[in-house]
Amino acid sequence: MPEQGPSWDVLADLQLLLQFHFMQNAYMAGTLVALLAGVAGYFVVLRGQSFAAHTLSQVGFPGAAAGVLLHVSPVLGLIAFCVAAALGIGWRGRDVEAGNRAEAATVGSILAFSLGLGLLFFRLYAGSAQGIYAFLFGSILGIADRDVQVTLAVAVAGFAVLAWMGRPLIFASVDPDVAEARGVPVRALSIGFLVVLALTVAITVQIVGTLLIFALLVAPGATALQLTARPAVGLLTSVVLSVAFTWGGLALAYFSAFPVGFFITSLAFGAYVATRGLRFARA
Amino acid sequence: MSVAVQLEHASVRLGGRAVWSDVDLTIEEGEFVAILGPNGAGKSTLLKALLGVVPLSHGAASVFGRPVRRGSPDIGYLPQRRRFDPDLRIRAVDLVRLGLDGNRWGLSLPSPARRRRVGEMIELVGASRYQERPVGELSGGEQQRILIAQALVSGARMLALDEPLESLDLNNQQAISQLVRSFCRTQGVTVLLVAHDVNPILPFIDRVVYVAGGHVLAGRPRDVIRTETLTKLYEAPVEVLQTTDGRLVVVGQYEPVSHHANSH
Repeated sequence: MPEQGPSWDVLADLQLLLQFHFMQNAYMAGTLVALLAGVAGYFVVLRGQSFAAHTLSQVGFPGAAAGVLLHVSPVLGLIAFCVAAALGIGWRGRDVEAGNRAEAATVGSILAFSLGLGLLFFRLYAGSAQGIYAFLFGSILGIADRDVQVTLAVAVAGFAVLAWMGRPLIFASVDPDVAEARGVPVRALSIGFLVVLALTVAITVQIVGTLLIFALLVAPGATALQLTARPAVGLLTSVVLSVAFTWGGLALAYFSAFPVGFFITSLAFGAYVATRGLRFARA
Repeated sequence: MSVAVQLEHASVRLGGRAVWSDVDLTIEEGEFVAILGPNGAGKSTLLKALLGVVPLSHGAASVFGRPVRRGSPDIGYLPQRRRFDPDLRIRAVDLVRLGLDGNRWGLSLPSPARRRRVGEMIELVGASRYQERPVGELSGGEQQRILIAQALVSGARMLALDEPLESLDLNNQQAISQLVRSFCRTQGVTVLLVAHDVNPILPFIDRVVYVAGGHVLAGRPRDVIRTETLTKLYEAPVEVLQTTDGRLVVVGQYEPVSHHANSH
């Protein structure tokens, strides 16, 4: 940890921040994750799929554990399990996402089972509490070069797919009946988006862990949608917020004794509360 | 006049149940057609079959001389709806724009031509004043105007409207009916309008299509809108009255329920 605290000299502070390799990796992976999570998060909130995002992150728990057990990167295990879960949820159809219907019980049961499976995997790996902790709350300061590469590949792919299907996806999200009549493959898009969401969740979990995933995957999109009803501006705002939370959280954690996840979630929560308050005051 | 809609021996089955079968129907271009019938008789299904969203189990359907296919820009569709979620944060103008290019993949450069087209359409339906507002915040009548603009913006020659007057107050029922009629009369747009209550649109319609008991029948309003005919179709007492200025008014004794839907 740093011997010097922050000064008012921004350049010197940046040098301090980035003097270690682990911090460079943290910033690289964090930025990539924030970019993709910002875009995906806008759609998550627009489609009302926050619950699906959370479900996916938790189903990834045994995935990460399996990755550790098999001596491959946890992020690869996460990707495999999250994508499989996304296909499962997509197969069941949109009802599952509502959260308050009968299907929620099914998803809940699968969730509990997968968490139990994760616990078993970690125990088989000689019971590393550190590993579980990192998965639940993120381990951004322990990101290896290999993880940065995987993150880059996933982020580029996710970005490309979302750019390609963005407009029909908005159509299908806000007006599915008309979109279907106009030839938009609503169901295929729903499954496709869940897969992109699964990939996003898998790399986001590295940064903030499964318990704090809302901070990067829901809060920026929700805040942006409070601020604007223009899709293009909303997407951009969501990305900017997501990157700002990540950079700010990393810097604050680096110059203090407190964890990154705490600062990222605090910034995200603060921004959301502030914009909600702003709209409430205006109304 | 050319033919807008042609059904030949058409049947639809949903979930193993025949909704209606062996339907022959021809609708001319530019006609304003009301689709009436008891709940659950398959009125919405008729529209969906023409949109290619619900497949025919038998027979053939064509729209403007071409076999029905999903995604045709010829038909503008207003699904039966509920209002938009009040929290839906997308502007009315964006919703209309989706009607123009929401089915296109990939990124595109800003297009002044498309923006102009959207602006013109919004002006035609008289929604310019609130086009920048989030659609969830608009009233029912305002939302219907926006949706009609969305349905017509891609140059549709036919409007398929599923209970567009439901949940509107009397003034808005009148205003929306007149708006639809003006597109029908001035631009030759064919209109298929599913209605629960026929009264607001009675003065405007050229023809009535009845969906009941697994059959679809068409006729002139004066021939079909009669006490005996309606009572038989709804399987419930319905009375047709004439006002002093010659307008017809349909009065149901109680809410019509489809016996067909329960008998299978």
